[in-house]
Amino acid sequence: MAQYLVLIYSNEASWATTDDDFSKKIMDGHNKFGEKHGASLRGGNALEPEMTATSIRTDDSGKSVTTDGPFAETKEALGGYYVIEADDLDTAIAIAKDIPSPFGGLEVRPIRVMS
Amino acid sequence: MLAATIRITRDFDVAEECVQDAFARALATWSQQGIPSNPGAWLTTVARRRAIDVGRRRDVAVRSQRYLVVESTGAESALTDGEFEDDRLRLIFTCCHPSLATDTQVALALRMLCGLSTTEVAKAFLVKEGAMAARITRAKKKIALARIPYRVPERSELRGRIDAVLLVIHLLFTTGHTAPVGENLSQVDLVERALDLARMLHSLLPDDAEVTSLLALILLTDSRRGARQGANGEFLKLEEQDRSKWHRDSIDEGLVLVGKSIRRGRPGRFTLMAAIAAVHSSASHWDETDWAEIVGLYDLLLDTWPSPVVALNRAVALSFAEGPQAGLDALAVLGAEPQLSTYPYLAAARGDCLERLDRVAEARDAFEEAAMLTENLVERDFLQLRISQLS
Repeated sequence: MAQYLVLIYSNEASWATTDDDFSKKIMDGHNKFGEKHGASLRGGNALEPEMTATSIRTDDSGKSVTTDGPFAETKEALGGYYVIEADDLDTAIAIAKDIPSPFGGLEVRPIRVMS
Repeated sequence: MLAATIRITRDFDVAEECVQDAFARALATWSQQGIPSNPGAWLTTVARRRAIDVGRRRDVAVRSQRYLVVESTGAESALTDGEFEDDRLRLIFTCCHPSLATDTQVALALRMLCGLSTTEVAKAFLVKEGAMAARITRAKKKIALARIPYRVPERSELRGRIDAVLLVIHLLFTTGHTAPVGENLSQVDLVERALDLARMLHSLLPDDAEVTSLLALILLTDSRRGARQGANGEFLKLEEQDRSKWHRDSIDEGLVLVGKSIRRGRPGRFTLMAAIAAVHSSASHWDETDWAEIVGLYDLLLDTWPSPVVALNRAVALSFAEGPQAGLDALAVLGAEPQLSTYPYLAAARGDCLERLDRVAEARDAFEEAAMLTENLVERDFLQLRISQLS
């Protein structure tokens, strides 16, 4: 069985315009997802907002520089992830489609198996 | 045969090698023992046996072993026609998976389904061979690493997935029918391949209206192949074509197919496009074209497919149904569409309407704009000719 990382991207400015009812609805969506696909889940978490991110870059000489902010500036910020187990991409996509992802979307990436 | 072997190897490259091994074996064996009664089945069985051998010999720890699935029934049994077709169906849906970019889907379809070499595929799209080879290699790698499954989609997903396949085949056809770049008006090879694929899809899914309609659309459009160019290779308008040169058999077959698909409930885009082609094909002369019918069909098409190109084609039909001013008014609305800003047909359509309204200077400007925008030399010559015929 293979594993896939599902990355949840979301525009934080849009989120800021919503109310508590909306947040609750999304939370319920994640709970439902967990119940329905529990057997396929191998992990998952929400992340703190993008402003809490720290990036580390190392130059050719080996010197590392630590800076404020996410590694790549994108319109939608990385907001959370799940690790799911699935036989093939179609199965992974079918599972991922049940993840709530307002104001953005999902990326499904196969996890490399090291032998 | 390739499709049947992929079912075992799950790896396109290995499958191709096994198929080549089988052919090599056939050359050696048949010259001594004579040709077997069912050569196709012989070749396929040998290719599959080789594929299983290759699979067994691989190191179990190798990651790709995970993808090798051996048929539980004895691989020795010869494949039935039904199984051949199932494998081709699986192959089409794999090549046209939504996680692959459209031009990758097209390249894979030509390479894996039509058996074109990488060189031939590169030439068809005027891409450097190295770039095409890289594109195809990347696609195969993605199929393996992301585990795009080799299967026909579930009933519930099928409609969405068929649409992608239809788009790819249609794109192949339109690219071949009017080559976007170059000296020849069309690339016959691409057209033939698209027709083959459309036929195959139709035999595999005979009850799908859109599938039936795509085949009809290709047959009806391609029926005019022999009439599209004049004695000196010059481009002829539909109005100027000698309809006695239209291929009757293709038209007859196409019309029957359109009739079948129209009856199947709410028409999709290919059904409507095929119906429009059918109205043209049914007219024995330009003057007998039922333009009102065509405009009505374009109205329906625009409803399901609000594309500026469809709106453009509708405007052209309108110019013949209600006169060039009506056409010009409809085209004016499209001037602001970003998708059409480099589309030569918008300017050409304006030029045509303006010419018919005797607004010669404006018509000239429009045709010159179109000539600048097209990269097809036959089309450009046609536009230059129209400029010279003005006033």
